[in-house]
Amino acid sequence: MMFDVVVEVRLRAGIADPQGATIERALPALGFDGVTGVSVGKSIRFSLQAADESAAHAVVTDLCHRFLTNPVIEDSEISLHPAEVAAH
Amino acid sequence: MATNVAVIRFPGTNCEFDVVEVVQQLGAQAQIVFHDEPSLGNADAVVIAGGFAHGDYLRPGAIARFSPVMEAVASFAQSGGPVVGICNGFQVLTEAHLLPGALQKNAGLKFRCGFTNLRVESSNSVLTSEAQVGDILSIPINHFEGNYTCSSETLAELQGEDRVLFRYVTNPNGSVDDIAGICNEGRNVVGLMPHPERACHDLLGSRDGIVLMSSLLRAAGLNAGVPT
Repeated sequence: MMFDVVVEVRLRAGIADPQGATIERALPALGFDGVTGVSVGKSIRFSLQAADESAAHAVVTDLCHRFLTNPVIEDSEISLHPAEVAAH
Repeated sequence: MATNVAVIRFPGTNCEFDVVEVVQQLGAQAQIVFHDEPSLGNADAVVIAGGFAHGDYLRPGAIARFSPVMEAVASFAQSGGPVVGICNGFQVLTEAHLLPGALQKNAGLKFRCGFTNLRVESSNSVLTSEAQVGDILSIPINHFEGNYTCSSETLAELQGEDRVLFRYVTNPNGSVDDIAGICNEGRNVVGLMPHPERACHDLLGSRDGIVLMSSLLRAAGLNAGVPT
């Protein structure tokens, strides 16, 4: 079956995030007070054909570890759900 | 037989000709090896040149490490052959797990381009054998993602095993422990962010890279006197 997958890649705790820090510093000048803890990551979306949800999860976990993230500095969070079948 | 250096080119590599020029200036031969080649030919040393392999998409080096040529580079490294990754080449070597750690965006999000002073911390490697510990070398940097980072365990290993080869005199990018270059356990795989190949001629403002490039050629078997 087909799954829609979203992988969110973010810097691991303790790894400096200069982009997040820069955005956070800029916010007060734009009038946005009270915003803290800004962090910048990326999200990667794709479709995956797999036998079932646990098989899909195993593939995506492996993909994240070997390619989509650098485990030295990045973590990932996977969300996947069965793709909606397009009406024909 | 002439000493032969394989200079790896990915789509987006842009420092390969600088490396070839210096290798030839120092009396050895160089050939450019494209990323889809499964073999390094009769190479005595490998240089992974700088640039933006595969556009640095996803992460610098992340896609390049899966190139066919990288399997050949890994076996060459495992057999003890000298391998040097410069700038983007350093990033490729970390992504390929031939060197530990990672290079992340510079502290302060500044693209750093200019001469920097490096202190040689170990002369026990294929790139530093002809240098002296404590030498200060003026070598240019040119990078956005040169902020070396690693786990505290890895850092302790690098320090304890004398594998930090270069430190910045003034840290330009936030690298942990001012690290500019490291080597593997076998001391035959070296990665550094600065560009020694761009500091080998008076016209370029420094000749301090010659001692490093000639160390590499010596490790590759070039015995003839290196012109200085």
